[in-house]
Parts: sequence; structure tokens; C-alpha cells
Amino acid sequence: MFPHTRDTLLFFTLISLVGISVICLLFIIFYLVSESSIILSEINLRHYFFDDSWHPSENQFLLLPMIVGSLFITIGAMFLAIPLGIFTAILCQFYVPNWLSQSLQRIVEILSGIPSVVYGFWGVVVIVPLLATIQAPGTSLLAGVIVLTFIIMPGIVLIANNAFQNVEKMHLHNAIALGLSRYSIIRHIVFPSAQRGLLSGIILQSGRAIGETLAVLMVCGNVVQFPGNIFEPIRTLTSNIALEMAYAMDLHRSALFLSGLILMLVVLTLILLAERFELSTKTT
Amino acid sequence: MASCSPQQPTPDLKRNKPITLSGKLTITGSSTIAPLAAELAKQFEKQHPNTKVDVQTGGSSRGITDIRRGTSDIGMVSRKLKSNESDLTSHLLAKDGVSIIVHKSNPILELSEHQIKQIYLNKIDNWKLLNGMDKKITVINKAEGRSTLEVFLKHFNLNNTQIKPSIIIGDNEQAVKLVANNPHAIAYVSIGTAEYDIGLGVPIKTLALNGIPANKKALISKQFPLSRELNFITKENISALTIAFINFSQSKTANSIIEGFGFVPTHP
Repeated sequence: MFPHTRDTLLFFTLISLVGISVICLLFIIFYLVSESSIILSEINLRHYFFDDSWHPSENQFLLLPMIVGSLFITIGAMFLAIPLGIFTAILCQFYVPNWLSQSLQRIVEILSGIPSVVYGFWGVVVIVPLLATIQAPGTSLLAGVIVLTFIIMPGIVLIANNAFQNVEKMHLHNAIALGLSRYSIIRHIVFPSAQRGLLSGIILQSGRAIGETLAVLMVCGNVVQFPGNIFEPIRTLTSNIALEMAYAMDLHRSALFLSGLILMLVVLTLILLAERFELSTKTT
Repeated sequence: MASCSPQQPTPDLKRNKPITLSGKLTITGSSTIAPLAAELAKQFEKQHPNTKVDVQTGGSSRGITDIRRGTSDIGMVSRKLKSNESDLTSHLLAKDGVSIIVHKSNPILELSEHQIKQIYLNKIDNWKLLNGMDKKITVINKAEGRSTLEVFLKHFNLNNTQIKPSIIIGDNEQAVKLVANNPHAIAYVSIGTAEYDIGLGVPIKTLALNGIPANKKALISKQFPLSRELNFITKENISALTIAFINFSQSKTANSIIEGFGFVPTHP
């Protein structure tokens, strides 16, 4: 196949490694589908959307509030983390001296390395009591959004930094030579050309946000309901699995696999969206 | 989890034991029992150097599933077996109480069963109504399937659908953490966990129930009403090693270990 045996060897090693990861993914999907099919064959689809509540031991399988909860918390966190992250990156790239920019980037890298459970613990000890002074009990959608914002913000800074660095240097130099203000340069040159990297990176981060489990479980209160306002507790699909998996049996267990399947579908959709953005902007 | 490096038995030890046990035991199930089982396993391995006992957690239902599938030798279940689980045999290991906890700064000292029921039904929603502070009560409930939840519901004759919680959590430690950080919260946890954390200085306290204090003493004297069984479960045709381990866990030596974990031994 290849003129050198080394190349052939490398090729087959690589292809088998890739094969293993693909097979693992397929197995996971297959397992999710087969375990959830137990409940899908017994409980009609409309029950997950129109039952009175989520009480599997009493045959109530309302999943909708958790889908909504997962989406709300992700959208809320993205809403805060995207501007924070992008503005931090702009500051690093264009406004502060090099040494400060370097140290800011180091700090962001360290932040992104902190395990999310640590953020969760910080949320329980600091954010939740603080919010409780506004409206009890403090464990709420807002607490989740705040903690999640801190978890994904460093990732967005790193992505934005990367996207800004990839902007054609020639364009920047020309713009500076023309005497454009920094604002105009950022607004009219940097942003349009960094857009593609920013968007796909942000969508991938939102996948991470929706999949975050432990920190969210610790601060959200986990009551299965549609929140009346941001101070009310919610439960996400991920918390649902983590909370109940250890003790679930039969249909209950299968319902949790269904939660996982729904989550996987949402994340897959996000990844496909990210790919589309990348492709569509590449061709234009 | 509780694996010791297997040692060669000395000739002396061999002579003292009528039968030499060897082999491997796998124990899975309830996270409440797991730390205790791991300690029991350690002592058992010391007595029988040719054995290895592997303890894994995953909840009571995993304990049952694994035994049914034959992937474990002993299951740990922190409740009574249900009627649809009659294919299994349970071996009572210890008893654990469930106690109501509040923040240390809460002036309330005891609640009647009726009051607790009213709180969990949201009919009493302010501490003021119980002569406490004028603050809304934060009701903490356990997630579906947890055995403390089942014990609680059964004792108070409630359905989980009736309860209107402010927060739902998973394990005991999480409840303790939340109550310690929220002066207006109420929760229920294993007495063992509560006493352990109070010993560490965590700002929570247990409430007396119907005038009976929630502590080990009341549990031993069988006065405290809210308690549950901690069981080892097996299927039929169990090995000599399994029998030996279960006998060991119900022996006098085991009792002091059980008490060390805040549970109450049932085989004096």
C-alpha cells in the first residue's frame, strides 16, 4: 500500500485506534438506545411531556421540565459567559501591554483547569447563601447559571484568543497604517474574520455547559418544575441521572437512560450545528 | 477498595483455624453500608489471609441487580427487602436511624411527627408557626429511589408526590452541607452521618422526635421510631466463603466496628 513498511505500520495503527473510538461511540449510543427502549416500549411518548410530575416510583415520568431546565441554564450561562469571555480576550489581545496579557492568559488557563466540582462547592458556600438573602432557599436556576458561567468562561476566553490570533496580520497592519481607531479595527476587521472560529468554539462550549453535572447538581436545588423566576430551583437532565442512577431500577432506570439519550441528541445537534457554521463560512 | 496485599498464612494461623478459607468475594450495593463493609472486609482478610474481599458502591438497587445477575457474591441493601424481592435472602447486619436535622442556630429543639408531616406537606411553611424565627422553611427532600426517602415516606405515611420540597438532594453528606449553610433549612439524614458530622463541629443539630432524642442510645433501646435495616443479601447456593463472611459480620468482633460507624448492631 505504501512504499515504506513503516508507513503501512503507522497507517494500520492509526486506523485501528480511530476504529476503537468510533466503535466505543457506537456502543455507547447502542447501549443508550437499547436501555431506553425498555421504557419507550411501555410508556407512551406523551407521558414524558404531559405527566403531572417526575415520580418514577408512582409511574409519573414527566421529563419536560428537565429538558427545559438544561436548556435554560445553558442559555443563561452562555448569555453571561460569551460577552465576559470575548471582552476578556479583546482586552488581552489589543489593549493591555504584552506582559499583562501573558499573565492574564496564564490565569485563564489555570481557571479552566480547576475541576468543576470545586466551582460547585464554591457555589454552595458563597453563591447560594448570597442568593438566599434575596429569596430562599438560594439553590436556584440563577445559582446554576452563575456557577456554570465561571466554568465555561475560561474556555471561551481561550477560544476567542485563538480566533483573534488567527486574524490575518496583514489586515491588521494595513488598518493601523490607515490610522483607524482600535475600536474600528476590532469592530470591522477582527470580528468579521474571527467570526467562524468564535461561533463554532462557542457552540462546542455550550455542549460542555449542557453536559456539566456535579456543580449544577450541587447548586440548583434539583426540584423538578418549570421555574417561575430565576430564584426558583430547577433540575437538569444531567443532575437527574447523577442523583437517581444509583438507586433506580426497572422502568425508573430506563427513564434515566432516556434522559441520557435526550441529552446526547441535544449535544449531537449542537456539534452538527458547529460543523455547519464552520463549513458555510468556509465556502463563502 | 478494601484490598490488602495477600500474605502467606503462617503455619501457626493455619493450625488455629479448622478450615482454611481462600478465594475472592465481591460485595456491591448501598453507599450507606459500603464504608462499614470495607472495614469488615479488612478485618476479615486479616483473619483469613488467603481471601480477598472487594467492596464496591452503587446504591441498594445495584446490590440487588448484581446479585440477581450473579456478578457479585453479597449485595448491600439499606432497607428491608420488598415483597417482589422474595427470591433473595437477607441477613440483617445493623440498624440505622433517620433523624431530622436543622441548623445549630435554629431555636427549635423538638418536633412532633404531626408537625414534621405538616412541614413536608407545606402546610407549615414558616418557622414562626412553630415559635421559631420569622423565616420561610427550606424543605430538603431526597431524590427518588433513596432508601432514606423510602423510610421517611413510609414512617410518615406520605406519598412523594404530596411533598413540596424546596431542594432535592442525593446523599446524606449533601443534606448536611446544605443545612450547615442554611439556617432556615430542615432535612433528614442517617443518624450515623449526623453524629459523625456534629462530632467534626459542623453547625447542625438533630431534633428530638415526639420527645425522643435522635441518638444511638435511643436507637439501641428501640425507642427511636424512625429506623431502617442495613442488610446483606444473597441468593440460594452460597459458598462457604460467603457464609463465613456473613457470620463474621454478625459476630462480636464486628459489633464494635459497626458501632464505630454510628450504626446499631443487631446481634449482641
